[in-house]
Amino acid sequence: MLESVQLLTNQISRMSTDSQQNIHYSPVLEFKSSTFSVPVLVLAGNDVITIEQQLQEKIHQAPEFFKNSPLVFDLQELNKHDLDIDVTELTRVIRKLGLLPIGIRGGVAQQNQQALDLGIPVHSGHIARDGVYAANQSGTGAASTATSSAPPKQQIPEPEPMPEPQTVAAITTMITNPVRSGQRIYASGDLVILAQVSAGAEILAEGNIHVYGSLRGRALAGVQGNTEARIFCSDLQAELISIAGNYKISEDLNTAIFNRPVQIYLQNHTLIIKDI
Amino acid sequence: MARIIVVTSGKGGVGKTTTSAAIAMGLAKKGHKTAVIDFDVGLRNLDLIMGCERRVVYDFVNVINGEASLNQALIRDKNCNQLYILPASQTRDKDALSQEGVGKILDELKRDFKYIVCDSPAGIEKGAHLAMYFADDAFIVTNPEVSSVRDSDRMLGILSSKSRRAEQNEEPIKEYLLLTRYSPERVKLGEMLSVDDVQEILSLHLLGVIPESKSVLNASNSGTPVILDEKSDAGQAYSDVIARYLGEDRPHRFIDDKKGLFGKLFGRK
Ligand SMILES: Nc1ncnc2c1ncn2[C@@H]1O[C@H](COP(=O)(O)OP(=O)(O)OP(=O)(O)O)[C@@H](O)[C@H]1O
Ligand SMILES: [Mg+2]
Repeated sequence: MLESVQLLTNQISRMSTDSQQNIHYSPVLEFKSSTFSVPVLVLAGNDVITIEQQLQEKIHQAPEFFKNSPLVFDLQELNKHDLDIDVTELTRVIRKLGLLPIGIRGGVAQQNQQALDLGIPVHSGHIARDGVYAANQSGTGAASTATSSAPPKQQIPEPEPMPEPQTVAAITTMITNPVRSGQRIYASGDLVILAQVSAGAEILAEGNIHVYGSLRGRALAGVQGNTEARIFCSDLQAELISIAGNYKISEDLNTAIFNRPVQIYLQNHTLIIKDI
Repeated sequence: MARIIVVTSGKGGVGKTTTSAAIAMGLAKKGHKTAVIDFDVGLRNLDLIMGCERRVVYDFVNVINGEASLNQALIRDKNCNQLYILPASQTRDKDALSQEGVGKILDELKRDFKYIVCDSPAGIEKGAHLAMYFADDAFIVTNPEVSSVRDSDRMLGILSSKSRRAEQNEEPIKEYLLLTRYSPERVKLGEMLSVDDVQEILSLHLLGVIPESKSVLNASNSGTPVILDEKSDAGQAYSDVIARYLGEDRPHRFIDDKKGLFGKLFGRK
């Protein structure tokens, strides 16, 4: 079987924790649930030397992106074909290349234990029990973003999320009326606006912002510092956009991106505006 | 059920008083008992447009202060016996109006009248606030230029958050757009926003477009609301507005060209 490394970026991995109640003293901490976007390294071959070579090539294509990037490695494909891999060795290689493994997915019991011994959490979602897989795997493959020299030989099945740990939905604020000039809306979670946001209006969210009408005012996502927050809008004409304090004003925006559906996110402290 | 209509804009000089006079007359002419109130305390104006300035004895502030009864202060219109005018005081300042006082007068008027038209002063200060606070319907008077549109948008925000209906979580004020002083030629030249441009920015139900017209000046000079000048374009446009407001379906007139300043700036089709 042909070994190829598939790097699936931006597969969203959901992690959540329930906030604890009944605290009898004044709390110095709090559990919050967040959703992060983490690259997932899906392995299709178990030869660590080949993995290292190909991973090295990928990193070479976008060194800034991969530098100190967290990473989840996914062993599901391997286990499906009964290909074992030394998790300790794999982890050593990943770390050597400057990536920070923060999770294992699709491993069998022994692999999971190896990961845990290295301080790497086990992500559920699809738990393999000694190589036996659940049958309800859907065939939706995620697209690989990094250009691969060896084209993916097959779609990598993305398993149906099994009893995924229930994501505690952050509170979403929904606005159905136009947000007019002079109005200001603050959401402590995500903010969804089904109408327009006028010039002179300001919308702020600690989480993501979605605007399904024209966005002509100021939109600030991740206002408490969440750099993973994004802005999605169906018609960008904004006066100002900001994520976690990194902002651009209308004048700085390339007009080619105006009047289009886009998403805006942060990459290395730079706002990236992309067509959706 | 009586309905309170506020004619408002944010920006000054866009045609609120002209519009208040025209629509009050239009509604009264249709047989609905109507009162029109001048909220522009200190700058009274409506009585001039209505041609009743020389019959003013008591005013809005007198009634609020209990110095006159509502019946004493209301002036019956000379052209239509279904129409009454409550003039503003020219000698007081805006602080003479109080929310409680205005509310009481409106409640009293509601018992007797079908429509109560409130001519708002410019701005977003106290006078404008009181004019819109009790409203059921709002006519947003806008001129086809960026600053007027922006002020209208601001006023819409205030209507949707600071009105009595908003505060008491009732059904929101019904908002209608009235584009006035519209000049298709100037739109064509790219000097003005087009109807489409304005509607795209405000996304509001368009009740009518009133063309820029000499007949408006003539009407105010003679003290008869322009809607009575049935031959004039502005008069006909206001008649259409009333018909549409009362539920009739009439095509828009006096809009020639569709591509305006925005279309040019952003190269839209
Ligand atoms: N359709 C029109 N065509 C030509 N002139 C008009 C038109 N509408 C209003 N005007 C003129 O514009 C000026 C302002 O009108 P008006 O007094 O009705 O505005 P307003 O909004 O009530 O002003 P203010 O904010 O001062 O109360 C007047 O001179 C009036 O004659
Ligand atoms: Mg006026």
